[in-house]
Parts: sequence; C-alpha cells; structure tokens
Amino acid sequence: MIPAKFDYEVAESVDDAVRLLGQADEAKLLAGGHSLLPLMKLRFARPSLLVDIGRVPDLAYVRDAGDKVAIGALTRHHDVAHDPLLAQHCRLVSTTAAKIGDPQVRHRGTIGGSVAHGDPASDLPTVLLALDAELVVHGPGGARTLAAGDFFTGFLETALGSQDVLTEIRVPKLGGAGSAYVKFRRRAQDWATVGVAAVRSNGGAKVGLTNMGPTPLRARGVEEALAGGASPADAAERAADGTSPPSDTSGTAEYRRALAKVLVRRALEEALSG
Amino acid sequence: MRRIALTVNGTRRDAEVEPRQLLVYFLRETLGLTGTNVGCDTSSCGSCTVLVDGESVKSCTMLAVQADGRELTTIEGLAQNGSLHPVQQAFHEAHGLQCGYCTPGMVLAAVSLLAENPSPSEDEIRLALEGNLCRCTGYHNIVKAVQQAAGMGVSV
Amino acid sequence: MSSTLEKTHVGQPIARKEDAKLLQGQGRYVDNITVPGMVWAVLVRSPHAHAHIKRVDVSKALAAEGVVAAFTGADLKDSWGSLPCFWPVSDDIKMPPHLPLAVDKARYQGDGVAVVVAETRALAKDAAELVEVEYEPLAAVTDVEKALEPGAPLVHDDVPSNRCYTWALVAGEVDKAFAEAAVTVSERYRQQRLIPNAIEPRGVLCEISPATGDITVITSTQAPHILRTAYTLVLGIPEAKIRVIAPDVGGGFGSKVDVYAEDMVVITLARRLGRPVKWIEERSEAYLATIHGRDVVQHIELAATAEGKITAVRTRLTAAMGAYLQAVTPGVPLLGAWLYGGAYDPIAYDFHCTGVFTNTTPTDAYRGAGRPEATYAIERAVDALARKVGKDPVELRRLNFMRGFPHTIAAGLTVDAADFDAGLDRALEILDYEKVRAEQAERRARGDVKQLGIGFSTYIEMCGLAPSRILGALNYGGGGWEAMSIRVLPTGTVQVVSGTSPHGQSHATTFSQIVADRLGVAYEDVEFLHGDTAVSPTGFDTYGSRSLPVGGVALWHASEKIIDKARKIAAHTLEASEDDLEYAGGRFTVKGTDKGMHVKEAAFAAWHAHNLPDGMEPGLEAQHVYDPPNFSWPSGCHACVVEVDTETGDARIVRYVAVDDVGNVINPTIVDGQVHGGIAQGVAQALYEEAVYDEQGNLATGSMVNYLVPSAAELPSYEVDRTVTASPTNPLGVKGVGETGTIASTPAVINAVVDALSPYGITDIDMPASPERVWRAIQEARQ
Repeated sequence: MIPAKFDYEVAESVDDAVRLLGQADEAKLLAGGHSLLPLMKLRFARPSLLVDIGRVPDLAYVRDAGDKVAIGALTRHHDVAHDPLLAQHCRLVSTTAAKIGDPQVRHRGTIGGSVAHGDPASDLPTVLLALDAELVVHGPGGARTLAAGDFFTGFLETALGSQDVLTEIRVPKLGGAGSAYVKFRRRAQDWATVGVAAVRSNGGAKVGLTNMGPTPLRARGVEEALAGGASPADAAERAADGTSPPSDTSGTAEYRRALAKVLVRRALEEALSG
Repeated sequence: MRRIALTVNGTRRDAEVEPRQLLVYFLRETLGLTGTNVGCDTSSCGSCTVLVDGESVKSCTMLAVQADGRELTTIEGLAQNGSLHPVQQAFHEAHGLQCGYCTPGMVLAAVSLLAENPSPSEDEIRLALEGNLCRCTGYHNIVKAVQQAAGMGVSV
Repeated sequence: MSSTLEKTHVGQPIARKEDAKLLQGQGRYVDNITVPGMVWAVLVRSPHAHAHIKRVDVSKALAAEGVVAAFTGADLKDSWGSLPCFWPVSDDIKMPPHLPLAVDKARYQGDGVAVVVAETRALAKDAAELVEVEYEPLAAVTDVEKALEPGAPLVHDDVPSNRCYTWALVAGEVDKAFAEAAVTVSERYRQQRLIPNAIEPRGVLCEISPATGDITVITSTQAPHILRTAYTLVLGIPEAKIRVIAPDVGGGFGSKVDVYAEDMVVITLARRLGRPVKWIEERSEAYLATIHGRDVVQHIELAATAEGKITAVRTRLTAAMGAYLQAVTPGVPLLGAWLYGGAYDPIAYDFHCTGVFTNTTPTDAYRGAGRPEATYAIERAVDALARKVGKDPVELRRLNFMRGFPHTIAAGLTVDAADFDAGLDRALEILDYEKVRAEQAERRARGDVKQLGIGFSTYIEMCGLAPSRILGALNYGGGGWEAMSIRVLPTGTVQVVSGTSPHGQSHATTFSQIVADRLGVAYEDVEFLHGDTAVSPTGFDTYGSRSLPVGGVALWHASEKIIDKARKIAAHTLEASEDDLEYAGGRFTVKGTDKGMHVKEAAFAAWHAHNLPDGMEPGLEAQHVYDPPNFSWPSGCHACVVEVDTETGDARIVRYVAVDDVGNVINPTIVDGQVHGGIAQGVAQALYEEAVYDEQGNLATGSMVNYLVPSAAELPSYEVDRTVTASPTNPLGVKGVGETGTIASTPAVINAVVDALSPYGITDIDMPASPERVWRAIQEARQ
C-alpha cells in the first residue's frame, strides 16, 4: 500500500517531459495515475523516476479536427464520457469511457494513460483499434502519428519508446454510422471479461475485441464474413478466430471464446440497427 | 521532499511531503484527518473517497504531490455550522450505515453523484456507487439514503 | 422530557445514536489512534504454501533506514506458546502447535516468518523487503478431499492423512429408515472457501507502562474479553495486567473473534522494545492472514415416503481446517450439526464430520458459521426431493414442516417457537407466486434468452450462543453467558456497561431503547459503555447472533434488579408496603393515591443514602449475568427470482423476498438492516465470491480485484417483512438476527438458478454460480 521510493519531477511542457524521461533508466510518465499507481502500491512497478505530466497545460481537450475529433491525452474519462462533440460525432468513445472503472476512476484516469498502458483488458484501446484511430506521439525526434493498429505491440507493450509521450488521440467522425461497445463483466467496476467494439462501415463493420489476447484485437474473421455478406449471427461465429484469450479467475479461454461470439453478435446487432 | 500547498475543507494547508506519499496518508497522518479510511490496496473499495475540486476521487490512488494547488473536501468538511450535510442526514435517517467504516467514502461518492445528477434513478444510484464496497448494509439503505437526499435537492 | 418518558421505545424505528460521529469522520478505529513514540511492525510472510524454512536473515533489514528491530520466528519462539484453539471437539482431535511466527516450516501462503519494526509505516515496509528467507518448497495440498487421499502431502508430519478429527451425531434408526424409504435423494454440495472482508482490515496497537508493566492492547476485535484471557494463555502475562480495548471496529462477521498471531507479535515487540508498537493489516495481506470461512464438501441423503415426507437425513461432511486450528476452527461444522433436518421433521438423523488440514489459511467462524452450510444442504436437497416426487417445492416444504412448539427435533434440541407456514404464506403473497410462475412459463414457451428461476429457502437456525452447559457437553472451552450492568447516576442518567461490544450491530441504540422503557428514563439519557476491559471487565463478546438474545436479556434482568431495589427505596420513602406500589414508566405509585417516586429519585436517595432501609447498600446499580437456557431459533422463508442469460451464463437477481421470524423486535429499522446485510453476504456466496488456490497453493484470488465482493450495482433492493412468534425462552421474546440473512439466502438463490435451468435438465450448479459455470452447465446439458 506504499510505493517504493522514487524521484519525482513535474514536466512543464511535452518537450520537458521528453527530456526528463531521458534522465533515468526506469522513468515513467504519470498522468492520472490510475494504471500506474495501483501497480506501484503493490510494488509490482518500481520506477526510479516519475515524470508528472499532469500539469502540462493544454493537453486536456476535445476539438473538432475536420473529419476527425482530436482528444488531448490528458482528457479524463469523465470528460470524454460527457463531451458533446464526441457525443455528436463519435459516441462510441464517450459511451465506452463511461463504462471504465468507476466514477472515482473516471474522475482521475485519462485517455492517454489508459491507451499508453496497453492493457488488453482496457476498453478504450479496443475502441480506438476498431475506429482506426490515430495516435500522436512526441519523442526526442519530434512528433509522429501512429495508426492504432500499429500501436499495441504486446502485453502491456506499445510502440512508445522510453522517451515518447502520447499527446493526442484522433478518432473519425462517424457521420451517424452505428456503433456499440458491449462490455461483459462480473461486477460493474471490474475489467471486461470480454469486450466487443463494433462500428458500422461500408456495409459491414469493424470489430474490436477486449481481453481476447495479449493486445486489443480486431476480429478480422468477423469483418471478412460481413464483407462477404454474412448475417451478423453467422459472422459472429468467427469472433474467436485468431484470438488467444487468457484463462484467469474471470473465465477460461474456452469460455471467453464462446462469450466473444455472443457479444460480437449483440454488438453487431446494436451497431447495425443504429 | 516536495513542498505542496492545497486547500482542505476550506483551509489552506502547506506541507513538505515525500513524493511517494499517497494522498490518503497525507490526509490521515500529516493533517490528522483520520475520517478518510483505508479499506484495500487495489483502488477497489472506495473507503478513501474524497472530493478533489468537487469530484469524487480515491485518495489511495493519488499522490499527495498531485493534489498540490487543488481544493479538497473530506468527510470532516461536509457538515456546516454543526448541521449535517443533507447526504449525511439522509444516511442517518435511512440507516445507511452500520459499522461506519465505508461510510465517509460512501457519503462523498453520493455527494459527487448528486452534484452531477441531482435526481438519479435507483439504477443510476447503484451504478454510481459501483466503486464503493460496504459489507454491512447490503446497500439497500444506502440506496434509499441517496434517494432521500436527492429528494431534498442536494448540491455540493 | 415528559413526552420522552411516556413514549414506548421498544418496537420503534429510532434512528441510531451511533451515527453522528461515524458520519462525520470521527470514528476511532485502530489505525486512527497514534501514541507518542510509536513504531510500526510489518510481517514477512511465506510466499509458499508449504516449505521448509532453511534460513532467515534480517541483517540487511536491521541496517536499513529507520529500522528499530527485526526478529525471526526462531528469535521469538521462546516468547510465546501456541495460539489457542478453544474447541477440541473430540477425543481423537489432533491439535498441532501454532506459533505466532513459523520457525522450521511454513504451512500456508501468508504464514509469518519474521517481523520488522521501524519508525514509520513506509520504512517498515521498505525494510521488510530486505529480509532474506531461504525456503525449500514442498508439495502442497489445498483441496480438502485430496488432502485425505493416500500419498497426499502432510501439512503436519505427525497428523496422518491430514485427518484432524471425526465427530458424529446420530439419533434414531437411520439405516432402517433408508431401507424402508420409497424415495431417496443423494446429493453432493461444495461450500466454497470464502474470505470475510470486513471493510476495516485488522490492526493492533500495544502500549506498555514502563513503571507498572500494565499492558494496553487496542485491537480491531469482536472479542476483547476472550483476547484478554488468550494473551495470558499464550504470553504468560497475568490477566489482571492486561487491558484490551476494542475501539470502533469496522465490521467483523466472525473474522475478528479470533486470536491472531499479530496480536502476540505486537505485544511481544512492545515488551521487548519498550515502545508502543502498531501493526495495520493491508487488504491483500488480510486475504492471507485473516481467517477464511466455509470450505466444506457435503454429502447429504434424504429418505422419504412416496409422497415426499422426509423420514431420515444422513450427512457426511469433509471440512477444511486450513493449516492450523484457530480459536474455534474445529467447532464450526458442529454449529450446523443439528440443522441438516432444517425446518422439517425427520425421525432419524445421522451427521458425521471429518476435519482435515490443508495448506491454506485457517478457516474459522464466518457469518453464520456452520448454519449456512447446513441450511444450504437441506434446502437444496429438499428441492431435489421435490423434483423426484414431482411436487412443487412449496408444496413439498409444506408437507414436511415441523409444527407444534416447543418441538424437540430428532437430533435432540428443542425449538422453542416458530411458524413456518406463516412465513411461507407471507413470502408467497409478497412474491405473487402464481404470477411469477406464469411469467416464467411464458418465457420458457417463447424460448427467451433470459430465463426466470424461482428459489425458496424455508429455514431455521440456532444462534444466541449459547447455553454454557451445552457448550461444555460439546467440549467448548468457554461459557455462553453474558454480563450487563446498569448504573443509575445520582442525577438520574444511566450507564449501561456491556460485556458484548458492537461492530455495526447498533447495540447502543437497541439497548438504550430497552433501558429507557424499563426504567422510564429518556433514551438520550442512557449511555452505553463497552469494548474496554477496564470499563467492562466481564463479558463473552459478540458473535453467533448473541448480543440481543443473551446480552439484551441480561440487560433486562439487570433492569429488573434496579427496579426491585428502587421499589424498596420507594416503599421506604413513601412509607408504604412494596405490595401497595404500582410500577409504570419508571414511577412507583402508591395504589389509589397520587403519591409516588421515580427511579431517578430513588437513585438520588440511594446516592446520598440519608434514609435507606436498614441494611441496604447505598447506590443504585446492578449487574446480571445471564446464561441462556436454550439456543435462540430464528426462522422464516426467503424467496429469490433470478434472471439467467442463457447465452452468457450471467445470473442476476431480479427480486428478493425475505420474511423472517426473529421474535419480538426492539428496533425494526436496525433488524431490517441486519437482514439486508446478511442477504448480501449470502447472495455473494451464491453468485460472486470464491477463494481459489492454484496447484502450488498460491491464493489466486488474492485481492479485491479478483475476489468479487459485490457492490450496490450487483444487488437488488430487498422486499423484507416479518412474522412474529415471540421466543418463550426469554422475557423479551427476542431471537438473534445477525446471521439469518446469510443463512437463509444462499440456497434460495441457487435453487432459483437451478430452477431457471431446469428446462435443460440441469439439477445442480456449483457455487458461486458464475457465468462460466452456468454456461458450462448449459453446454453440457445440450450435448
């Protein structure tokens, strides 16, 4: 319940954060702290330096960016959930943010922190994957933009380098296309046993899976089946194709595969009816 | 050590803190505000809930240094001029507490809910309290208390 | 004040006295108390379920910043004896020693091996990481049935087959009844292991006066008096030198009745170091170091007539003790041993229990303790019997209810009062049973993904622990009485000194209501003192739903003693015969006159003692120690409606009806609250909670993240009502209520889940009925 000792620096700007991250081998970025501090309290994580990015100005916003909506990395889940621009153009992101953790978590946790942590049981990474979102990253070599599909590289691993700072998430305006995030969990505050994001697209749908492998996944088999004209129910039968879900106290891999099929069908029915 | 300054229950507090000090221990051990309880070590139980700038936060999942410059309300700061806050009063009248350990966090979670949604349905209340665990009441009377407080037109 | 005097308090939903401080953050829990010079203790615990301890080196810890001391189990082994087990249930019981810190061998994950003391909590945590322990891991056994198999790892080398004890209760011709039975039912149920999860973890603070050697222990306990005795037994400290304080206690549910290693460690450290020492449990630590509950495999058989009348019950239990015996570990199954016939009336009865050691956290009494297990088994088995004879579960229950009270059950105890028909009738009425069955039928007919199930539990339990003679006959090491004192102060306010102390049960309010009515004083003028052996030196503490049916009755008798003495004073003062005095509302009146004297006036007269009857002692105070002549027998009917998502296996409660008979009610709001909380814990066992050990003996559900204590979002509102048969055993007519909800609810929920799944031919589901278990049952049924 008490983290191991660490050094602490407050970043004044994104560039400052990038610089500070280079000052120690085990430096970690601190935003809302709701992925990192729970691990540090149990001493599962022991950074030598925490770079607090929480006071960098102008990283918490939701802005119109043409055919996209841009979300500052420090935007809290609560603010994402209640944002009118997102409600209008990309409801999937706001309704999903409202399902993360509990109200207290949503009052502190940030979209950037959640995405950068790269937990396959997290909800927003799956949604961003299904949306083909873009992620803006600042590093020692300047800024670059990554596709969500290239971002999640392994269990708790992302394309972020040790001095990289995720600064913005850009999601497409859906223009009224239906979408859904179906989250199955035992208790309201729990991580998803399995979660499914579905976004209507070109007559078919893009489908993301939470907690069905070491990273958030796209259900390519389902997407292909839909593109080939399969009904949602038939397409959903391919939900577990190519997945490698974990077995833990929330459910075995076998159960998760079966659950994914049910939840994909339900998500598709909701998204395609909308 | 780092110097921080914040407002707690309307009073400015200055302190030197170790960066690793969790906000809940800062409140309890540095400021002596022991009304905020610790019930778990995994950010699950919500016993340590306080208001930061008017919103519910688990003070076990925030460093004291992160509270620098913020405005905090703990359970000790809720009653005004000797009168219980309407949520406290409703918990009393509806028997929304037994052992009392989860109560400060539960009350503040309810205050935060009602600030955001002044007339929640029963389902909305239950969902809004998802991050606060109580082992005594079975939640029935907690939900009733929040309904009662909502009926009284509570605001922070 | 006059209106308060005339008001009847008993039976009224009076808001609690306890709330004001708790609602404002002024509770005085152990971790809120700090004393000058205090240092912090952190225990180093075995990460292995079973291991030889080859070497423990505290030298690096000793050199760390802020460290005051560090000790190994070997360093301290001569400082203490074994932690006590008070309930050697049988002659064949094996009671291996249980030292507060392990020396040669760790026997469960979490067994303490060393302790570090430092100036702050954080520094003690840091230094504890520096203690080096070399383990030689051994094969572990955590499953209670596997532990009995030949070749299983032995938890204690000198306990063959890990068999701790066998215990039996047999009455009537059981074999004959089964031989003659037209119908029999044979079921196997598993009571999964549960973790109590009082929201306040445990904590201990010990302070010793250097001058006198007086020891004060402030500890989060349900049982300060038991602890005072236990400290003497384990540490050899004269009992009179020990003061135990249970301050505000943040829930217990049985887990804080126990005598724990950490208390002994903290006291020993304080004595050695000459400084106050505090230890506060962290939640993940509590999951390992605080007792668990349940973990029993049950085989239950019913013999019945063709129409379904139960003639005999035969039960075989295999009960996990864990790695060691805690305070009453072996006795927990015995607390349910009489109840496997439930609300029914078998003429023959056979109960056998085998206690078994496993490499797990010790089990002990957890809310209900033995009685939820028994109620679950009989209530599930009765549903199985109903299916077998083709009767509605309601009809079958009615056919079998015991009637006519007092009623001596085959197992040999006498139920003083109950009315099962009344409870069932009322529950059916609230439920609108026919309507719910109709909706169930509709959903079945249209093949709805979400199916409904209806489950019942008509229960009886025995609590109010307990008649001391019976406890003695069962080899229990203590008594079952309770002590209460009343002091009427010179100005007429009243102090109640209680041997039973609350941790959420609302003693102060409830007891004040009783005293206010009996003595005709204002409710606000009753002060409730408890939880400190220096203030309340005599008592048997709080567990087993005993505070009201034992302590409350002791209080009633103490108040009668006050009235008797006050009557003598009044008669003397008023120059009347005692027989000529009428007593009502605290006032004695000379019949046919307006001359009178209030108890408060008598108290003043008793204080100045200017004019008392010859030979009377001054002062108006009385103690009564009450030993109940019988157990307390709450009963009732719980009914649950669940909705099961047949695709995901998710089961959610849509309605929950509870009709309880807890005798006369002192405060209905408080009684309802006890029922609500009990239901939630029983539902949690049915649907959410399970302590899981992996093959190596690691606790896989080691935190609140994966041990699923339900929140408000998972639970329904409860529809609660009561029927009343006053207990004829005590003058208040009360029964216990602390555990009824937990005892009754679990089988109602599972019966409902099984009912929902019955179209698939499913007749059983293990607890918790998790989505995966339900889903699997459906998949297997479909094949």
